[in-house]
Amino acid sequence: MNMEPILSVRGLCMDFGGIRALDKLDLRIRAGEIAALIGPNGAGKTTFFNCLTGIYTPTAGELLLAPPGQASRRLNGLKPNRVTEAGLARTFQNIRLFPSMTVLENVLIGRHCRTKAKILGAILRDPRTRREERESVDIGMALLKKVGLAHMADEVAKNLPYGAQRRLEIARALATEPLLLLLDEPAAGMNPQETQELISLIRSIRADGLSILLIEHDMKLVMSLSDYIFVVDYGRKIAEGVPEEVRINPVVIKAYLGEEVDYA
Amino acid sequence: MNVITVKIFRNALVTALWFMFLTFPIMVIKVNTTENLIIWRWHNLLYVGVTAFTASLLTALYRQYRDRKRGQQQQKEGTGRVSWNERFFNTPAITRPICALGALFFLVFPLLFSTYQVNIMTTALMYVVLGLGLNIVVGVAGLLNLGYVAFYAVGAYTYALLNMHYGVGFWVALPLGGIMAALFGILLGFPVLRLRGDYLAIVTLGFGEIILLVLKNWSEFSQGPGGISNISRPGLFNIQLSMEATLNYQYYLTIAMVLLTIFVINRLQNSRIGRALFALREDEIACQAMGIDKTTIKLTAFALGATWAGLAGVLFAAKNAYINPDSFTFLESAMILCIVVLGGMGSILGVIIGALILILLPEYLRAFSDYRMLAFGAILVSMMIFRPQGIVANIRQSYRSSKDGVP
Repeated sequence: MNMEPILSVRGLCMDFGGIRALDKLDLRIRAGEIAALIGPNGAGKTTFFNCLTGIYTPTAGELLLAPPGQASRRLNGLKPNRVTEAGLARTFQNIRLFPSMTVLENVLIGRHCRTKAKILGAILRDPRTRREERESVDIGMALLKKVGLAHMADEVAKNLPYGAQRRLEIARALATEPLLLLLDEPAAGMNPQETQELISLIRSIRADGLSILLIEHDMKLVMSLSDYIFVVDYGRKIAEGVPEEVRINPVVIKAYLGEEVDYA
Repeated sequence: MNVITVKIFRNALVTALWFMFLTFPIMVIKVNTTENLIIWRWHNLLYVGVTAFTASLLTALYRQYRDRKRGQQQQKEGTGRVSWNERFFNTPAITRPICALGALFFLVFPLLFSTYQVNIMTTALMYVVLGLGLNIVVGVAGLLNLGYVAFYAVGAYTYALLNMHYGVGFWVALPLGGIMAALFGILLGFPVLRLRGDYLAIVTLGFGEIILLVLKNWSEFSQGPGGISNISRPGLFNIQLSMEATLNYQYYLTIAMVLLTIFVINRLQNSRIGRALFALREDEIACQAMGIDKTTIKLTAFALGATWAGLAGVLFAAKNAYINPDSFTFLESAMILCIVVLGGMGSILGVIIGALILILLPEYLRAFSDYRMLAFGAILVSMMIFRPQGIVANIRQSYRSSKDGVP
């Protein structure tokens, strides 16, 4: 596996008034890796995502994105759309699709930052705009096929079943051509079969060369899917390692269960 | 079977009593001031009671019938039911002849009707342009703008002032009016970038009032409430036109304007920009997270919407040859908003129908002049209750992939 870090986070802090939601968080995600961020409720996982994607501006610390073969780029303080352009795409914990747009249109929105057509182009429909539009639709359809929603392309997004909405959100994020895909609790509310489908989908996305960071509560999913796990509690990183290490780490068990398990 | 239950009966009775109580002062008591007499018209009370009672009963029965029918339909077809208007407006065999007939009607309109009718129709068509413009802001991008008439005023005054001071003609002023309005749109857009919903509505309302007050009070600039007169009418290669020919010319000019508006807005809606505007209405945070620059797209929405108001403003000034601030009150903004909401947010056809109904109806209801505003209000209220999505609901475009036949 490629050991180059694609995302390095150094000493990330986020204060809300007097409350420190993230405290000197350090983590590195290597290219082509599925990393997971776990921790009890309120540990600061979603806050971390929001810092990373530009919804919050971190109080201190550094977020560095290093696209392969290019100079690394600082993400702190960039607007969310710039972060997406830089190569980070996310899904939301509580699904945020565009409910009354069609499934394909939702994916096409993801193409927005990779396409250029302006107002004049839209009105005149010059060959370049038409070609760009055709390419977008082709890419969109290909992505829908990948997530198994191609037959529902013209359906309005809000009419989709729950699991399909989750997959559509992933397709929409993929349409922005990210380097790193951020999934905020992708399996929340899914039944075992849907979860199984999700696992194979995430694996196939990784096979396409993307790196993935996911926040998840479903331990079975995390343990079976991730290459590397970071554990946070009260905004601090308390452990990290491969799943086997984390599973038996007493600090992690304490954070989750409240007290140390007696092995004796 | 329809059943009149005790509950329905009791409700109808209560409704009847309530109506009798409410209308008592105006329907029953009549004061004869010359002879200092009070006439009690008790029979009216009976009429009101019986009417309200029957109406209430019938409504309840209709509801029962509708709910049952709906239940049956759902059992039969599951959830894949398409609404009638979606079916109707998606069938080319139906829409094409209707469009052709409509086009023909508007084309020969001046030949069939008097100049008075042509004049009214020209006004209505101008509101179509205004409605379509506001539709971009309110219907598509979901930014409630209550000061839209300000941009209309900017367009009109741009032409009027340029014409008065420098003798600038209609054709030069038309694009300038649009550009000026777009600039004002961006000017309004900047301070309201962070606002949404009610807050945005209030700021835009204030913006509209500011423009109106400036026009009213800055006499050196705008000639104040007196307005600007003797504005040149649109020219046609320096040919002198008779009064009737001028009116017809303006009519066709407005038609051309409407066609241009429809063409441009239709193309915009199904483009990258149009989709981004729709997405902005749907979910602002997701929109940004998907790489859409919120600032740019909001300003685009305001500028695009304002441009059409500016163009319509130039047209308005040229048509009337006289403008004053009274044409640009909040009532106009409200009217245009009504057109968009009644017609159907985001739907081009809906807005056209809405504009024609709302502008033409009061004109043709002049025969019942006492009741026309009442009818107007009743139509608006019942539309919002029974069909809140507007006359024509917005239908999303479907795209086809070039590689394979999968729809």
